[in-house]
Amino acid sequence: MGLNKEEFLALENKARELRKLTVDTVMWAGGGHIGGALSAIDILTLLYYKYMNIDVSNPKWEDRDRFVLSKGHIGVGFAPVLADKGFFDKELLKTYNHTYSKLGMHLDKNKVVGLDASTGSLGHGLSIALGMALGGRLLGKNFKAYCLLGDGECNEGSVWEAAMAIAHFKATNVITIIDRNKCMIDGRTEDVMGLEPFADKWEAFGFEVRTVDGHDLYALTEVLDYAIKAQNKPVAIIADTLKGCGVADIQDDYRYHYASVSEDAAAKYKKQIDEYHDKRLKLQEKSNG
Amino acid sequence: MANLNYTMFDAEKMSTAEYYGKTLCELAAKDSRVVGLSADLAKSTKIGALEKDFPERIFNFGIAEQNMFAAAAGMAEVGLIPFVSTFAVFASMRALDQFHTDACYQNMNVKVIATHAGLSFGQAGSTHHCTEDIGIMRTMANCRVIVPADGRETVNAVKAAYENDGPFYIRINRGYDMPVYPNSDYGFELGKAIQMTDGTDLTIIACGSCVIRAIAAAKQLEADGIRARVLNMHTIKPIDKEAIEKAVVETKRIITVEDHNIIGGLGSAVAETVTEFGKTCVMRKLGVPDTFSIIGLHEDLMAEYGYDANGIVKTAREIIGIQVIDEENWDDDDF
Repeated sequence: MGLNKEEFLALENKARELRKLTVDTVMWAGGGHIGGALSAIDILTLLYYKYMNIDVSNPKWEDRDRFVLSKGHIGVGFAPVLADKGFFDKELLKTYNHTYSKLGMHLDKNKVVGLDASTGSLGHGLSIALGMALGGRLLGKNFKAYCLLGDGECNEGSVWEAAMAIAHFKATNVITIIDRNKCMIDGRTEDVMGLEPFADKWEAFGFEVRTVDGHDLYALTEVLDYAIKAQNKPVAIIADTLKGCGVADIQDDYRYHYASVSEDAAAKYKKQIDEYHDKRLKLQEKSNG
Repeated sequence: MANLNYTMFDAEKMSTAEYYGKTLCELAAKDSRVVGLSADLAKSTKIGALEKDFPERIFNFGIAEQNMFAAAAGMAEVGLIPFVSTFAVFASMRALDQFHTDACYQNMNVKVIATHAGLSFGQAGSTHHCTEDIGIMRTMANCRVIVPADGRETVNAVKAAYENDGPFYIRINRGYDMPVYPNSDYGFELGKAIQMTDGTDLTIIACGSCVIRAIAAAKQLEADGIRARVLNMHTIKPIDKEAIEKAVVETKRIITVEDHNIIGGLGSAVAETVTEFGKTCVMRKLGVPDTFSIIGLHEDLMAEYGYDANGIVKTAREIIGIQVIDEENWDDDDF
């Protein structure tokens, strides 16, 4: 599939917008999981604006690709994506977490249009995606089941039950992506509960592993293209990311797993996001010669 | 206590789980969306019956219940009708977070047929007994709970689960159940208790393997001139409030009988209805008295804890002697 320059620029711009909309949403919500939302934005951008075969006018379309946000706590980063895609009005984001709002900290698929699974309890998503993939295969459908996991979440034994089964059933229609931001609530992953050698673990469970810079759209495209084509072995993409990516004040700091954002802070964070994306764009242009 | 499991002699041709397996095969034959999921217990739970004619529609997840339950929800999301089977103790507790969040919360069309429920796997000990599942499952919003009285009722319960969208929990026993019904055509209706005997002296409300024991108890009581109404409360949720309220008004005495902890199960569900109804009623709950059971044969354990036919008769005689006090005659000095 690849990524041409025009597409790249559009997606870069989209990721920038979505980061800023995430900051606003955290502000409107009175707090949210900002760190892990910002680390996942580039992955979500590529999935929803390049890869996933979905129809916004027919959100329940049976043949659509499915997406399971296993790290369900980053609703404040995912709802902006669904709203921006047009599944619902962006104005709804301003009601986030409010009493009677359709949008809460962990999104509910029976309330949020465009959502394929209600997640929040960690370690469930990969199994749900597997069920979707096995079902799709049985029903003769070609859709993919994408799953985005947090790295801290991989402490859960159920993740490895799912991994074992995906390899066993050769469910290559599950696309496993791990947001490896190396932080969890109580500290850095290696301090709280070590995951390394992380890639080796996935390999031992029968996956082909691709480790990639999770904030490099070209690199992510390359591995996603690879994972989608893979027929023999399922692929696990370990996306090396930064918690709070784009906001210098909170970046790579596990203490910003969850935070509230004042109006002033939001303005500052959004300025930092612009600075981050300007810099990232320049670096990318430089490396492309 | 006898060292024989007498149900083996009384057994008809099939164990309760075999009725389930055959019913599932029938459903699978007419509906390609029906699939079976098991966690290395395909043979024991009889879900493996699908293997012969529908090998591509039976999924063995190995000994990994959490993965199985969440995957079932994923399968339901894409349009399949997954039947999930493992032992009740694992179905209700080992992967409860997955059943709660992925099936019930999302209101997915996932059917759990849990086998080896209550003390029916008596010799296996408390790691394989399950006397908590009714209590757990009836607190899951969206989930309906059925406890069939025998194999024939299991057929009806499984069909009801198939016909009604959304999550179901059906609990059946290990091995053979003495037949309560000669066939499956007796007018089973989800959420409607079935009156097995007529009587106005007291009502015995039972479910599962306790129904046949309640009927036997009613026969014994008849010899004493005590006429007991027996209700087969196969559906614990939604509970048949009307039948319970009728029992309160017409018999004023209720005994509940279940192969489950007396806390949280059928007895508690009936008690909730009785207290909200607000009419005077004497009530006793029979079942496992909030303890981890001793090891033994199912029938022996029911006798040990006083919810076999003799135990029911004993409790019935006790409460028949209690004077039911009408509200207007209550005296504060009684307390």
